[in-house]
Amino acid sequence: MVITVYGPGCARCFETERVVRNVLAELQHDADLQKVSDYQAMAAAGVLATPAVAIDGVIKMSGRVPKREEVKAWLA
Amino acid sequence: MPVMAAPRRLWMAVAGFAGAAAWALAYWNLAGLARWITYGLAGLEPGSRPSSAVEFFLYEAPKVLLLLVLVVFGVGIVRSFFTPERTRRVLAGRRESVGNVLAALLGTVTPFCSCSAVPLFIGFVTAGVPLGVTFSFLVSAPMVNEVALVLLFGLLGWKVAALYLSTGLFIAIASGWTIGRLGLERFVEPWVFDVRAAAADEAGAAIAWADRLRAGREAVVDIVGRVWPWVLAGIAVGAVIHGYVPEQFMAGIMGKGAWWTVPLAVLVGIPMYSNAAGIIPVVQALLAKGAALGTVLAFMMAVIGLSLPETIILRKVLRPPLIAVFVGVVGTGILIVGYLFNAIF
Repeated sequence: MVITVYGPGCARCFETERVVRNVLAELQHDADLQKVSDYQAMAAAGVLATPAVAIDGVIKMSGRVPKREEVKAWLA
Repeated sequence: MPVMAAPRRLWMAVAGFAGAAAWALAYWNLAGLARWITYGLAGLEPGSRPSSAVEFFLYEAPKVLLLLVLVVFGVGIVRSFFTPERTRRVLAGRRESVGNVLAALLGTVTPFCSCSAVPLFIGFVTAGVPLGVTFSFLVSAPMVNEVALVLLFGLLGWKVAALYLSTGLFIAIASGWTIGRLGLERFVEPWVFDVRAAAADEAGAAIAWADRLRAGREAVVDIVGRVWPWVLAGIAVGAVIHGYVPEQFMAGIMGKGAWWTVPLAVLVGIPMYSNAAGIIPVVQALLAKGAALGTVLAFMMAVIGLSLPETIILRKVLRPPLIAVFVGVVGTGILIVGYLFNAIF
Protein backbone atom coordinates (compact mmCIF):
# COMPACT_ATOMS: atom_id res chain seq x y z
CA MET A 1 0.00 0.00 0.00
CA VAL A 2 1.27 3.48 -0.92
CA ILE A 3 0.05 6.60 0.84
CA THR A 4 0.80 9.85 -0.95
CA VAL A 5 0.61 13.24 0.74
CA TYR A 6 0.43 16.09 -1.75
CA GLY A 7 1.56 19.50 -0.54
CA PRO A 8 3.86 22.27 -1.75
CA GLY A 9 5.19 22.92 1.76
CA CYS A 10 2.47 24.83 3.55
CA ALA A 11 1.84 24.52 7.28
CA ARG A 12 -1.26 22.40 6.79
CA CYS A 13 0.65 20.08 4.46
CA PHE A 14 3.25 19.35 7.15
CA GLU A 15 0.42 18.85 9.63
CA THR A 16 -1.20 16.34 7.27
CA GLU A 17 2.05 14.41 6.89
CA ARG A 18 2.45 14.36 10.68
CA VAL A 19 -1.08 12.99 11.23
CA VAL A 20 -0.55 10.23 8.64
CA ARG A 21 2.87 9.34 10.02
CA ASN A 22 1.52 9.13 13.58
CA VAL A 23 -1.34 6.87 12.57
CA LEU A 24 1.04 4.58 10.67
CA ALA A 25 3.29 4.37 13.70
CA GLU A 26 0.40 3.76 16.06
CA LEU A 27 -1.03 0.95 13.93
CA GLN A 28 2.46 -0.31 13.09
CA HIS A 29 1.27 -0.25 9.50
CA ASP A 30 3.85 -1.00 6.83
CA ALA A 31 2.36 1.27 4.14
CA ASP A 32 4.83 3.32 2.13
CA LEU A 33 4.49 7.06 2.84
CA GLN A 34 5.40 9.37 -0.05
CA LYS A 35 5.46 13.16 -0.12
CA VAL A 36 4.86 14.97 -3.39
CA SER A 37 5.60 18.68 -3.59
CA ASP A 38 6.00 18.93 -7.36
CA TYR A 39 3.12 20.85 -8.94
CA GLN A 40 3.27 18.93 -12.20
CA ALA A 41 2.88 15.60 -10.42
CA MET A 42 0.12 17.05 -8.26
CA ALA A 43 -1.86 18.24 -11.25
CA ALA A 44 -1.33 14.93 -13.05
CA ALA A 45 -2.84 13.14 -10.07
CA GLY A 46 -5.89 15.42 -10.28
CA VAL A 47 -5.23 17.33 -7.05
CA LEU A 48 -6.98 20.74 -7.04
CA ALA A 49 -6.54 21.76 -3.43
CA THR A 50 -3.68 21.04 -1.04
CA PRO A 51 -3.01 19.26 1.21
CA ALA A 52 -4.37 16.09 -0.38
CA VAL A 53 -4.00 12.42 0.50
CA ALA A 54 -4.15 9.49 -1.94
CA ILE A 55 -4.06 5.79 -1.19
CA ASP A 56 -2.73 3.63 -4.02
CA GLY A 57 -3.33 6.47 -6.43
CA VAL A 58 -6.94 7.22 -5.40
CA ILE A 59 -7.49 10.66 -3.87
CA LYS A 60 -9.23 10.25 -0.54
CA MET A 61 -9.33 13.86 0.62
CA SER A 62 -8.16 17.31 -0.40
CA GLY A 63 -8.04 20.89 0.85
CA ARG A 64 -7.87 20.14 4.57
CA VAL A 65 -6.00 18.26 7.27
CA PRO A 66 -7.41 14.75 7.82
CA LYS A 67 -8.59 13.47 11.18
CA ARG A 68 -6.77 10.49 12.70
CA GLU A 69 -9.94 8.37 12.52
CA GLU A 70 -10.28 9.13 8.80
CA VAL A 71 -6.74 7.98 8.11
CA LYS A 72 -7.37 4.79 10.09
CA ALA A 73 -10.51 4.12 8.06
CA TRP A 74 -8.57 4.49 4.78
CA LEU A 75 -5.93 2.06 5.97
CA ALA A 76 -8.40 -0.57 7.11
CA MET B 1 -23.38 7.19 6.98
CA PRO B 2 -25.61 5.33 9.45
CA VAL B 3 -28.84 7.00 10.50
CA MET B 4 -28.41 8.76 13.82
CA ALA B 5 -30.13 7.29 16.83
CA ALA B 6 -33.11 9.35 17.99
CA PRO B 7 -31.71 10.39 21.42
CA ARG B 8 -28.52 11.65 19.84
CA ARG B 9 -30.50 13.70 17.38
CA LEU B 10 -32.52 15.19 20.22
CA TRP B 11 -29.35 16.10 22.10
CA MET B 12 -27.90 17.75 19.01
CA ALA B 13 -31.07 19.80 18.56
CA VAL B 14 -31.05 20.85 22.23
CA ALA B 15 -27.35 21.75 22.04
CA GLY B 16 -27.94 23.73 18.86
CA PHE B 17 -30.85 25.62 20.38
CA ALA B 18 -28.94 26.39 23.60
CA GLY B 19 -25.95 27.56 21.56
CA ALA B 20 -28.11 29.87 19.46
CA ALA B 21 -29.79 31.33 22.58
CA ALA B 22 -26.45 31.92 24.32
CA TRP B 23 -25.11 33.54 21.17
CA ALA B 24 -28.07 35.93 20.85
CA LEU B 25 -28.02 36.82 24.56
CA ALA B 26 -24.30 37.64 24.44
CA TYR B 27 -24.57 39.56 21.18
CA TRP B 28 -27.43 41.84 22.21
CA ASN B 29 -25.97 42.67 25.64
CA LEU B 30 -22.42 43.47 24.57
CA ALA B 31 -22.75 47.27 24.48
CA GLY B 32 -24.04 47.46 28.05
CA LEU B 33 -21.49 44.97 29.29
CA ALA B 34 -18.59 46.88 27.69
CA ARG B 35 -19.82 50.12 29.29
CA TRP B 36 -20.24 48.45 32.66
CA ILE B 37 -16.71 46.99 32.66
CA THR B 38 -15.12 50.22 31.43
CA TYR B 39 -16.85 52.71 33.73
CA GLY B 40 -18.19 50.57 36.59
CA LEU B 41 -15.61 47.86 37.10
CA ALA B 42 -12.44 49.60 35.92
CA GLY B 43 -13.71 53.01 37.05
CA LEU B 44 -12.39 54.88 34.02
CA GLU B 45 -13.58 58.43 33.55
CA PRO B 46 -16.21 58.82 30.79
CA GLY B 47 -15.02 60.90 27.86
CA SER B 48 -11.32 60.40 28.53
CA ARG B 49 -8.96 58.91 25.95
CA PRO B 50 -8.15 55.61 27.66
CA SER B 51 -11.80 54.98 28.45
CA SER B 52 -12.96 55.44 24.87
CA ALA B 53 -10.19 53.13 23.63
CA VAL B 54 -11.01 50.47 26.25
CA GLU B 55 -14.75 50.64 25.66
CA PHE B 56 -14.17 50.37 21.90
CA PHE B 57 -12.07 47.26 22.35
CA LEU B 58 -14.35 45.58 24.89
CA TYR B 59 -17.36 46.09 22.65
CA GLU B 60 -15.93 45.48 19.16
CA ALA B 61 -13.67 42.49 19.86
CA PRO B 62 -16.34 40.12 21.25
CA LYS B 63 -18.91 41.40 18.77
CA VAL B 64 -16.75 40.66 15.75
CA LEU B 65 -15.69 37.27 17.14
CA LEU B 66 -19.34 36.30 17.77
CA LEU B 67 -20.32 37.34 14.24
CA LEU B 68 -17.34 35.48 12.86
CA VAL B 69 -18.29 32.24 14.64
CA LEU B 70 -21.86 32.44 13.33
CA VAL B 71 -20.99 33.27 9.73
CA VAL B 72 -18.01 30.93 9.41
CA PHE B 73 -20.23 28.10 10.68
CA GLY B 74 -22.87 28.94 8.07
CA VAL B 75 -20.32 29.34 5.28
CA GLY B 76 -18.66 26.06 6.32
CA ILE B 77 -21.98 24.32 5.69
CA VAL B 78 -22.50 26.14 2.37
CA ARG B 79 -18.97 25.23 1.27
CA SER B 80 -19.64 21.54 1.80
CA PHE B 81 -21.85 21.84 -1.31
CA PHE B 82 -19.08 23.42 -3.42
CA THR B 83 -15.86 21.48 -3.91
CA PRO B 84 -13.14 22.73 -6.27
CA GLU B 85 -13.84 19.64 -8.41
CA ARG B 86 -17.50 20.55 -8.81
CA THR B 87 -16.66 24.20 -9.57
CA ARG B 88 -14.24 23.07 -12.24
CA ARG B 89 -16.91 20.90 -13.82
CA VAL B 90 -19.30 23.87 -13.94
CA LEU B 91 -16.68 26.15 -15.51
CA ALA B 92 -15.05 23.77 -17.99
CA GLY B 93 -15.76 24.75 -21.58
CA ARG B 94 -17.80 27.83 -20.58
CA ARG B 95 -17.83 30.76 -22.92
CA GLU B 96 -16.30 33.97 -21.62
CA SER B 97 -18.54 36.61 -20.00
CA VAL B 98 -21.02 34.03 -18.64
CA GLY B 99 -17.99 32.04 -17.52
CA ASN B 100 -16.40 35.10 -15.88
CA VAL B 101 -19.55 35.88 -13.91
CA LEU B 102 -19.97 32.26 -12.80
CA ALA B 103 -16.29 31.98 -11.86
CA ALA B 104 -16.40 35.15 -9.74
CA LEU B 105 -19.55 33.98 -7.95
CA LEU B 106 -18.23 30.46 -7.38
CA GLY B 107 -14.95 31.96 -6.17
CA THR B 108 -16.73 33.36 -3.14
CA VAL B 109 -18.13 30.00 -1.97
CA THR B 110 -15.58 27.43 -3.17
CA PRO B 111 -13.05 26.52 -0.47
CA PHE B 112 -9.76 28.15 -1.44
CA CYS B 113 -6.40 28.94 0.10
CA SER B 114 -3.72 30.83 -1.78
CA CYS B 115 -1.32 27.94 -1.12
CA SER B 116 -3.43 25.80 -3.51
CA ALA B 117 -3.53 28.49 -6.20
CA VAL B 118 -1.08 26.64 -8.44
CA PRO B 119 -2.60 23.12 -8.50
CA LEU B 120 -6.01 24.74 -8.90
CA PHE B 121 -4.79 26.88 -11.80
CA ILE B 122 -3.32 23.85 -13.60
CA GLY B 123 -6.40 21.75 -12.88
CA PHE B 124 -8.73 24.42 -14.26
CA VAL B 125 -6.73 25.28 -17.38
CA THR B 126 -6.08 21.67 -18.38
CA ALA B 127 -9.76 20.80 -17.91
CA GLY B 128 -10.70 23.43 -20.50
CA VAL B 129 -11.62 26.37 -18.27
CA PRO B 130 -10.60 29.46 -20.32
CA LEU B 131 -7.65 31.45 -18.95
CA GLY B 132 -9.68 34.61 -18.28
CA VAL B 133 -12.40 32.62 -16.50
CA THR B 134 -9.74 30.98 -14.33
CA PHE B 135 -8.46 34.44 -13.41
CA SER B 136 -11.93 35.65 -12.45
CA PHE B 137 -11.97 32.79 -9.96
CA LEU B 138 -8.44 33.50 -8.70
CA VAL B 139 -9.26 37.18 -8.10
CA SER B 140 -12.59 36.66 -6.41
CA ALA B 141 -11.63 33.69 -4.20
CA PRO B 142 -9.21 35.48 -1.88
CA MET B 143 -10.74 38.98 -2.10
CA VAL B 144 -14.43 38.29 -1.55
CA ASN B 145 -14.52 36.04 1.49
CA GLU B 146 -16.72 35.61 4.52
CA VAL B 147 -14.15 36.87 7.02
CA ALA B 148 -13.83 40.20 5.17
CA LEU B 149 -17.59 40.55 4.82
CA VAL B 150 -18.27 39.79 8.51
CA LEU B 151 -15.71 42.33 9.66
CA LEU B 152 -17.03 44.98 7.30
CA PHE B 153 -20.60 44.28 8.38
CA GLY B 154 -19.73 44.26 12.08
CA LEU B 155 -17.51 47.33 12.10
CA LEU B 156 -18.81 49.48 9.22
CA GLY B 157 -22.37 48.36 8.60
CA TRP B 158 -24.17 46.43 5.89
CA LYS B 159 -23.91 49.15 3.25
CA VAL B 160 -20.12 49.09 3.14
CA ALA B 161 -20.17 45.26 3.24
CA ALA B 162 -22.57 45.18 0.27
CA LEU B 163 -20.42 47.70 -1.62
CA TYR B 164 -17.34 45.61 -1.00
CA LEU B 165 -19.10 42.43 -2.15
CA SER B 166 -20.45 43.96 -5.36
CA THR B 167 -17.34 45.89 -6.34
CA GLY B 168 -15.11 42.92 -5.49
CA LEU B 169 -17.19 40.72 -7.79
CA PHE B 170 -17.12 43.42 -10.46
CA ILE B 171 -13.31 43.63 -10.34
CA ALA B 172 -13.01 39.83 -10.55
CA ILE B 173 -15.38 39.63 -13.54
CA ALA B 174 -13.92 42.62 -15.40
CA SER B 175 -10.24 41.77 -14.90
CA GLY B 176 -10.76 38.11 -15.82
CA TRP B 177 -12.65 39.14 -18.92
CA THR B 178 -9.89 41.63 -19.89
CA ILE B 179 -7.14 39.03 -19.41
CA GLY B 180 -9.16 36.60 -21.56
CA ARG B 181 -9.55 39.20 -24.33
CA LEU B 182 -5.82 39.90 -24.37
CA GLY B 183 -5.05 36.31 -25.40
CA LEU B 184 -2.12 35.73 -23.11
CA GLU B 185 -2.05 31.93 -23.20
CA ARG B 186 1.52 32.02 -24.54
CA PHE B 187 2.68 33.47 -21.21
CA VAL B 188 1.53 30.43 -19.29
CA GLU B 189 4.45 28.07 -18.68
CA PRO B 190 4.20 25.58 -21.59
CA TRP B 191 4.48 22.45 -19.41
CA VAL B 192 1.12 23.33 -17.83
CA PHE B 193 -0.70 22.40 -21.02
CA ASP B 194 1.20 19.10 -21.23
CA VAL B 195 -0.09 17.89 -17.90
CA ARG B 196 -2.49 15.03 -18.38
CA ALA B 197 -4.73 15.80 -15.49
CA ALA B 198 -6.66 12.91 -14.09
CA ALA B 199 -10.32 13.78 -13.70
CA ALA B 200 -10.29 12.57 -10.15
CA ASP B 201 -13.33 12.99 -8.00
CA GLU B 202 -13.14 12.79 -4.28
CA ALA B 203 -14.28 9.46 -2.97
CA GLY B 204 -17.68 9.46 -1.30
CA ALA B 205 -19.57 12.21 -3.09
CA ALA B 206 -22.81 11.85 -1.11
CA ILE B 207 -22.58 13.74 2.17
CA ALA B 208 -25.07 13.45 5.00
CA TRP B 209 -26.35 16.51 6.87
CA ALA B 210 -24.55 15.46 10.02
CA ASP B 211 -21.31 15.69 8.05
CA ARG B 212 -22.20 19.14 6.73
CA LEU B 213 -22.81 20.36 10.29
CA ARG B 214 -19.48 18.86 11.24
CA ALA B 215 -17.89 20.72 8.31
CA GLY B 216 -19.37 23.93 9.74
CA ARG B 217 -17.92 23.20 13.18
CA GLU B 218 -14.54 22.34 11.70
CA ALA B 219 -14.54 25.57 9.71
CA VAL B 220 -15.12 27.52 12.93
CA VAL B 221 -12.28 25.72 14.71
CA ASP B 222 -9.98 26.12 11.71
CA ILE B 223 -10.74 29.66 10.52
CA VAL B 224 -11.68 31.40 13.77
CA GLY B 225 -8.81 29.51 15.42
CA ARG B 226 -6.46 30.99 12.85
CA VAL B 227 -7.70 34.57 12.62
CA TRP B 228 -8.66 35.47 16.21
CA PRO B 229 -5.22 36.82 17.16
CA TRP B 230 -5.36 39.01 14.05
CA VAL B 231 -8.83 40.24 14.93
CA LEU B 232 -7.77 41.13 18.47
CA ALA B 233 -4.54 42.78 17.30
CA GLY B 234 -6.37 44.71 14.60
CA ILE B 235 -9.08 45.88 16.99
CA ALA B 236 -6.45 46.81 19.59
CA VAL B 237 -4.67 49.01 17.03
CA GLY B 238 -8.06 50.34 15.98
CA ALA B 239 -8.90 51.11 19.62
CA VAL B 240 -5.71 53.09 20.09
CA ILE B 241 -6.40 55.07 16.91
CA HIS B 242 -9.97 55.51 18.09
CA GLY B 243 -8.98 56.92 21.47
CA TYR B 244 -5.78 58.82 20.75
CA VAL B 245 -5.65 60.02 17.15
CA PRO B 246 -7.38 63.38 16.79
CA GLU B 247 -10.56 63.65 14.70
CA GLN B 248 -9.93 64.58 11.08
CA PHE B 249 -6.26 63.61 11.46
CA MET B 250 -6.48 61.24 8.50
CA ALA B 251 -8.37 63.73 6.35
CA GLY B 252 -5.07 65.31 5.28
CA ILE B 253 -3.32 62.02 4.45
CA MET B 254 -6.08 59.72 3.23
CA GLY B 255 -8.84 62.24 2.58
CA LYS B 256 -10.36 62.89 -0.81
CA GLY B 257 -8.46 66.11 -1.35
CA ALA B 258 -5.56 64.91 -3.46
CA TRP B 259 -5.91 62.66 -6.53
CA TRP B 260 -2.80 60.68 -5.68
CA THR B 261 -4.12 59.22 -2.43
CA VAL B 262 -5.91 56.33 -4.17
CA PRO B 263 -2.95 55.09 -6.27
CA LEU B 264 -0.68 55.52 -3.26
CA ALA B 265 -3.05 53.43 -1.13
CA VAL B 266 -2.97 50.66 -3.77
CA LEU B 267 0.82 50.77 -4.14
CA VAL B 268 1.31 50.60 -0.38
CA GLY B 269 -1.32 47.88 -0.07
CA ILE B 270 0.03 45.33 -2.62
CA PRO B 271 3.25 44.33 -0.83
CA MET B 272 1.50 44.34 2.55
CA TYR B 273 0.33 40.90 3.42
CA SER B 274 -2.36 40.68 6.00
CA ASN B 275 -5.67 38.96 6.03
CA ALA B 276 -8.99 40.74 6.25
CA ALA B 277 -9.14 40.05 9.97
CA GLY B 278 -6.12 42.19 10.75
CA ILE B 279 -6.65 45.02 8.31
CA ILE B 280 -10.34 45.87 8.59
CA PRO B 281 -10.41 47.03 12.25
CA VAL B 282 -7.58 49.42 11.37
CA VAL B 283 -9.49 50.54 8.29
CA GLN B 284 -12.55 51.27 10.41
CA ALA B 285 -10.53 53.45 12.77
CA LEU B 286 -8.97 55.32 9.83
CA LEU B 287 -12.42 56.01 8.40
CA ALA B 288 -13.60 57.35 11.74
CA LYS B 289 -10.70 59.82 11.69
CA GLY B 290 -11.60 61.34 8.35
CA ALA B 291 -10.02 59.06 5.74
CA ALA B 292 -12.08 58.84 2.54
CA LEU B 293 -14.11 55.67 1.94
CA GLY B 294 -12.84 55.09 -1.62
CA THR B 295 -9.20 55.44 -0.60
CA VAL B 296 -9.64 53.09 2.34
CA LEU B 297 -11.59 50.54 0.26
CA ALA B 298 -8.85 50.58 -2.40
CA PHE B 299 -6.19 50.09 0.28
CA MET B 300 -8.08 47.16 1.77
CA MET B 301 -8.69 45.46 -1.58
CA ALA B 302 -5.04 45.83 -2.54
CA VAL B 303 -3.91 44.27 0.75
CA ILE B 304 -6.35 41.35 0.62
CA GLY B 305 -6.76 40.76 -3.12
CA LEU B 306 -3.29 41.36 -4.49
CA SER B 307 -0.69 39.80 -2.29
CA LEU B 308 2.99 39.45 -2.96
CA PRO B 309 3.19 35.82 -1.71
CA GLU B 310 0.40 34.77 -4.07
CA THR B 311 2.04 36.36 -7.11
CA ILE B 312 5.33 34.68 -6.17
CA ILE B 313 3.54 31.31 -5.96
CA LEU B 314 1.83 31.94 -9.32
CA ARG B 315 5.23 32.58 -10.93
CA LYS B 316 5.57 28.75 -11.03
CA VAL B 317 2.94 28.60 -13.77
CA LEU B 318 2.86 32.14 -15.20
CA ARG B 319 5.59 34.03 -16.99
CA PRO B 320 6.46 37.53 -15.74
CA PRO B 321 4.51 39.41 -18.48
CA LEU B 322 1.28 37.63 -17.48
CA ILE B 323 1.91 38.28 -13.79
CA ALA B 324 2.48 41.96 -14.62
CA VAL B 325 -0.78 42.07 -16.61
CA PHE B 326 -2.61 40.32 -13.77
CA VAL B 327 -1.39 42.79 -11.12
CA GLY B 328 -1.88 45.72 -13.52
CA VAL B 329 -5.43 44.84 -14.52
CA VAL B 330 -6.63 44.03 -11.01
CA GLY B 331 -4.82 47.10 -9.64
CA THR B 332 -6.56 49.28 -12.24
CA GLY B 333 -9.92 47.82 -11.23
CA ILE B 334 -9.21 48.65 -7.60
CA LEU B 335 -8.19 52.20 -8.60
CA ILE B 336 -11.46 52.71 -10.45
CA VAL B 337 -13.43 51.50 -7.43
CA GLY B 338 -11.45 53.83 -5.16
CA TYR B 339 -12.04 56.90 -7.32
CA LEU B 340 -15.69 55.99 -7.82
CA PHE B 341 -16.42 55.85 -4.10
CA ASN B 342 -14.49 59.01 -3.37
CA ALA B 343 -16.63 60.71 -6.02
CA ILE B 344 -19.95 59.34 -4.75
CA PHE B 345 -19.54 59.69 -0.97
